[in-house]
Amino acid sequence: MTAISSTNTNLGTSTGAEPRGAKPKKAFSRRNIIIYGTLVVAAVYYILPLYVMIVTSLKGMPEIRLGNIFAPPVQITFEPWVKAWSQACTGLNCDGLSRGFWNSVIITVPSVIISIAVASLNGYMLANWRFKGADLFFTILIVGAFIPYQVMLYPMVIILRDLGVYGTLQGLIIVHTVFGMPILTLLFRNYFTALPEELFKAARVDGAGFWNIYFRIMLPISLPIFVVAMIIQITGIWNDFLFGVVFTKPDTYPMTVQLNNIVNSVQGVKEYNVNMAATLITGLVPLIVYFVSGKLFVRGIAAGAVKG
Amino acid sequence: MERAAPRRRNSLFKNISAKIAAIPMAFTALVVFLGGTIWTVVYSFTNSKLLPRLNFVGFDQYTRLWSTPRWLVSVENLAIYGVLSLIFSLVIGFILAVAMDQKIRFENTFRTIFLYPFALSFIVTGLVWQWLLNPDLGVQHIVRSLGYTSFTFDPLYNADIVIYGVLIAGLWQGTGLIMVLMLAGLRGIDEEIWRAARVDGIPTWKTYVFIIIPMMRPVFVTTLVLIGSGIIKVYDLIVAQTGGGPGGASEVPAKYVYDLMFYSQNLGQGFAASTMMLVSVIVIVVPWAYFEFSGRKAR
Repeated sequence: MTAISSTNTNLGTSTGAEPRGAKPKKAFSRRNIIIYGTLVVAAVYYILPLYVMIVTSLKGMPEIRLGNIFAPPVQITFEPWVKAWSQACTGLNCDGLSRGFWNSVIITVPSVIISIAVASLNGYMLANWRFKGADLFFTILIVGAFIPYQVMLYPMVIILRDLGVYGTLQGLIIVHTVFGMPILTLLFRNYFTALPEELFKAARVDGAGFWNIYFRIMLPISLPIFVVAMIIQITGIWNDFLFGVVFTKPDTYPMTVQLNNIVNSVQGVKEYNVNMAATLITGLVPLIVYFVSGKLFVRGIAAGAVKG
Repeated sequence: MERAAPRRRNSLFKNISAKIAAIPMAFTALVVFLGGTIWTVVYSFTNSKLLPRLNFVGFDQYTRLWSTPRWLVSVENLAIYGVLSLIFSLVIGFILAVAMDQKIRFENTFRTIFLYPFALSFIVTGLVWQWLLNPDLGVQHIVRSLGYTSFTFDPLYNADIVIYGVLIAGLWQGTGLIMVLMLAGLRGIDEEIWRAARVDGIPTWKTYVFIIIPMMRPVFVTTLVLIGSGIIKVYDLIVAQTGGGPGGASEVPAKYVYDLMFYSQNLGQGFAASTMMLVSVIVIVVPWAYFEFSGRKAR
């Protein structure tokens, strides 16, 4: 990377000596160098951590101790990955990150499905079946999206305890459904409102009811927005830490919590290669979602962020 | 009589399916969001310890909160982190967005690179930067091994600058999103504006500063609110990257709340601290909502 930036600066000085006002047609105009230079420098900052993690996770401990974390591995070993997956310790448990991984899967799958089901119904109701008071709920929901979770954490504990699901998977699903609701409801409401009203009216004339229209018409034509919602929820729930810590028990901790416990445990020698492999494994699911979904991911965060 | 009864029944049972489907939303809005918030605020005026008790003590918890050094450090950290994070996110996000908007090659590659950290959790972010900023392993070690043996860069081990170490990680995770939002804003500006500015001979940088940025006000405001409400929630990043250390120098309010509620069993303090977080959000969001509202009315 340093080689590239140094050639850039060399070219910068040489073109700087040429007369000004040259059209930026040339590949190495001063303008292009500034633009691409900025982008490349920034790209290095963004890529470096991922690179370091991948490289280090493939090295043995002696090599890490002696060498430099930016150097590629001399001898590639997958042992850290195996160890992170099946032997890394949290406290006395040494069954690796696999437990947290499966916990996260068990948490994420139903949470994503239920939260999206509930939110899409909300959006559909707000777009097509509005009744008195519905808008009030919606307003509270949107305002509530700005309330720090810490404010509602303990009341939520009490509610779940009263329902008898505190510390269970069902409890955590409820938590994710509740706190994912504002953004998802907004997403679905905006989408359904933008659909042509004739569609809904025609179905009504034909005698279709609330559920019929939802399942037969709305659901099939709004698959893209469901994908966007899934992207938001899979990454959001997989990456969640706070709710995992508060609303689950050590046996059912999601991956993020277990990862933090593995890496930040004080006892023993720090095995950086194993820790970085563990971190990569934890980041893998959202990264795959990100790389596979591409433009839809951008659309998802933009939809979540821009239109409040 | 006979007519009134069915009509009333009608209005109640009209759209009955829709109303049933709305139960989770009503529960979330009324019980969790509204009820939970009021509950916490009310109980912040009690001396609840291990269990919530309605034993009112007035503003005692708040007085104690604001005389607790750890809370004061937390607030100070959040203020520094917040202000710098806002400035740097906006500046870096805008610069990157402008660079991306120059009809460059490999735009998708660059976007992918800038945005991927946003897909990662704060735990992963915190851990990576814990290693990169580790003096025996990361940047300092590398620079020293190049021969600059007196080079020192150990923000996570220095109480005075630890929050800047957290800032580096936070910016790494979040600026990609800001860049994307800014880029969308830039793309939304009419080409005619650019053409007109060029015809008038206004230099590019001047066009950006005096024409484009003012036109992008809504985007800036949205990102501002977005970053702002995100900053107040900062918690996982600290837990993973520094654990609040060294010596409590990187504590933040969200962590204070969590620790007091679930470790120290001092619920009243936790409630008071979380209520202060709520107040700070209100201070940020209400003016924005007012802006938006009055802006819409003017239109």
